[in-house]
Amino acid sequence: MTGNYYLEGTSLFFEVPAELDHCLAEQVRKELEFLMGTYQVREIVLDFRHTDFMDSSGIGLIMGRYQTMKYCGGRVRAVHLNKRIRRIFMMSGLHKIILLEEGEEKENEC
Amino acid sequence: MSVNETVQNEMSMEFLALPENESFARTVVAAFCVDLDPTMEELEDIKIAVSEAVTNSIIHGYAKESTEGNMRAETDGVGKIRISCFKKNMELRITVTDYGVGIADVTQAMCPFFTTASGRERSGMGFAFMEAFMDELHVESHLEKGTTVTMLKRIGKDYETSL
Repeated sequence: MTGNYYLEGTSLFFEVPAELDHCLAEQVRKELEFLMGTYQVREIVLDFRHTDFMDSSGIGLIMGRYQTMKYCGGRVRAVHLNKRIRRIFMMSGLHKIILLEEGEEKENEC
Repeated sequence: MSVNETVQNEMSMEFLALPENESFARTVVAAFCVDLDPTMEELEDIKIAVSEAVTNSIIHGYAKESTEGNMRAETDGVGKIRISCFKKNMELRITVTDYGVGIADVTQAMCPFFTTASGRERSGMGFAFMEAFMDELHVESHLEKGTTVTMLKRIGKDYETSL
């Protein structure tokens, strides 16, 4: 696994790796698909707390998961985005389909 | 040395078109331009643009018919990517060259959301990102010969406006 994950009910919390480029996006895609096939997942929560690089491959990955989740009535959320990752979301229009959340306070840091 | 003094330098490198070299490529280019004293944002812009260009070469330049989930077999050691960088007077020029299949219609390829690899979850934003994050973008491509992407970034031009 590229990052930690845990389940809370039907929500899958997944920590996105530090750099989400084409190489790692392929791995993350496989991992998410495996997890979605193994558990009953209605919501994917992508945690960007460790991520400081993302290019258009990351957008493709998130759009793909969004399509899958929409198809089965679920959703995708993104949390703990830093300024630069947020800028990528805004530029690509991802923020219109993915629920963004301000980072929670530091006390939740694992 | 003051950052305003003329710095002129160049470098070039060639590496295999493998996905794991994407991170290497953008890190080297970022390291090369550090003495132009870019902001974190400018450095990030350059890294994203290089990453997009290199990813394009790997996925499109050297891809045969895309076979689902079997990308290593297509790209493994098939070709090489060449990057050269030239910096002068706070300008950084980067060229990314592959010797792959080439692009039939460059104008179409540069349209946002256009992709020939939708089955592989490509967003079609590669060229749009290069255009957005760099100051100039030029694409030259010849079928069966390869593609050269030339990008220019002016460092420090946002300094006054960001204050």
